Amino acid sequence: MKKLINNPERAVDEELAGMAAAHGDLIRIIEPNVVLRRDAPRPGKVGVISGGGSGHEPMHGGYVGMGMLDAACPGAVFTSPVPDQMLAATKAVNAGAGVLHIVKNYTGDIMNFELAAEMARAEGIEVASVVIADDVAVKDSLYTAGRRGVGGTVLAEKIVGAAAEAGADLKTVAALCQKVQDNVRSMGMALTSCTVPVAGKPTFELGEDEMEIGIGIHGEPGRTRMKLAPADEITEMLATPILDDLPFKSGDTVLAFVNGMGGTPLMELYIVFNKLAQILKGRGIAIGRSFVGNYITSLEMAGTSITLLRLDDELTRFWDAPVHTPALRWGV
Amino acid sequence: MSGSTPITYDDVIAWINTFAASVRDQKEYLTELDSAIGDADHGINMDRGFQAVIGKLPGLPNRDIGAAFKTVGMTLVSTVGGASGPLYGTFFLQLGTATAGREAIGLDDLIAALDAGVAGVQRIGKAEPGDKTMLDTLLPARDALREAAASGASLQDALARAVAAAEQGMLATIPLVARKGRASYLGERSAGHQDPGATSSYLLLKAAADAWSGAAGGTAN
Repeated sequence: MKKLINNPERAVDEELAGMAAAHGDLIRIIEPNVVLRRDAPRPGKVGVISGGGSGHEPMHGGYVGMGMLDAACPGAVFTSPVPDQMLAATKAVNAGAGVLHIVKNYTGDIMNFELAAEMARAEGIEVASVVIADDVAVKDSLYTAGRRGVGGTVLAEKIVGAAAEAGADLKTVAALCQKVQDNVRSMGMALTSCTVPVAGKPTFELGEDEMEIGIGIHGEPGRTRMKLAPADEITEMLATPILDDLPFKSGDTVLAFVNGMGGTPLMELYIVFNKLAQILKGRGIAIGRSFVGNYITSLEMAGTSITLLRLDDELTRFWDAPVHTPALRWGV
Repeated sequence: MSGSTPITYDDVIAWINTFAASVRDQKEYLTELDSAIGDADHGINMDRGFQAVIGKLPGLPNRDIGAAFKTVGMTLVSTVGGASGPLYGTFFLQLGTATAGREAIGLDDLIAALDAGVAGVQRIGKAEPGDKTMLDTLLPARDALREAAASGASLQDALARAVAAAEQGMLATIPLVARKGRASYLGERSAGHQDPGATSSYLLLKAAADAWSGAAGGTAN
């Protein structure tokens, strides 16, 4: 294992201390490991929190700030946070207008957020939860835990955060989050595995000439392993199931999000985007907004995911609204 | 009479300590199993939780078995994360409720407590037998314990049968296709691998058998 760490057991704690040192104007860290907006709670505002395992940076801690999340709960690497964290976050951001939990669809995240929501309600805080499950690589059936929450989560946090910032109430904010979920689809692939610091060795092995299609964001293996193909073919393999699933139709306008898994250079992400743009054009789908970079990662994994969100005026307006967080900043 | 064989407070603490040591010992093995079909953290997370647990046990104020189990459960919920935290946490919280206020319990009490624990795991995990989860170990073990008790077996004999049933259940997860948790994302590719949660549950039962091999029941042979 070759990593810039001091002690695997302390990696997340030291990361959070570094974030506080770097972005103290935007965030602060409170016990037990909650990244909190500097000026939370904001009077009258619905609180928006999320959380999940660490290792997906900048998600979620990097999205705490004006116009996005009020708090984020980072668990151990690839391990959902514990209810104590979500309870502390919920209490810290609650200004009396209620709190929205944005939860990615993983068994552990669902259970821990549910426990926290129950505890918060018992303390008189109004909590709504929306589950993001946008990964078309997973069959949504009785025989799986359901689709994973992946790239769509970042878009939901931005859009929902903007609505909350604008003063929308809890019911409206939750409905908007569900609207994002209903209109977003993603799929990812890996060129390499990644190494959880405390595990010390890669989660899975991929040969020099192999790739894994349909991966999530936890270094878990995907659905199929294949011979490595050119970027254009890989882009087709990811885009086609996404487009056919919703389905996205001719005349639609989308936000096209090409995400890096952590170890892939922007050069390659733009090569993917180039092909994606051609595919969308061929289907008569317009790119209303584009988003390219490492925004929801899997440590140092090389690979990419594609996320498409069907836009309307409301979603576009909240996407464009000002945001000021450690990882996203525009309009300010 | 099997039902009257006492399991004391000290026996319960010995069980938890034995399991904590077993998890530490098998940490890498559990993580390796999890890297094949999950996300390579089961041993790491369970070890973090049980190290926190053994730090808390000496500070407990009285010899209440139920309180000890509840402390274990709450500590796991607060330190493990993932799905294992709520699942094992609920298991022990239910054991605690079933044994509240008791300084010693018999085999029948243990079976009733296990019933409650397993029901809690089923309730929050929503898994069925054969879904390739910890239930595939816990359910046959509980049933074996119950049958052994009904036939008048001693605590040690009953536990030995439960551990054997648990081991069979654990091994039976190998060919199964996972239907719950992260392993379910793999679909057919999850077959051929032993379930990490079923494995840690086997270790939990084996820890009871090991810890009580001579301690409880008054006779060592």
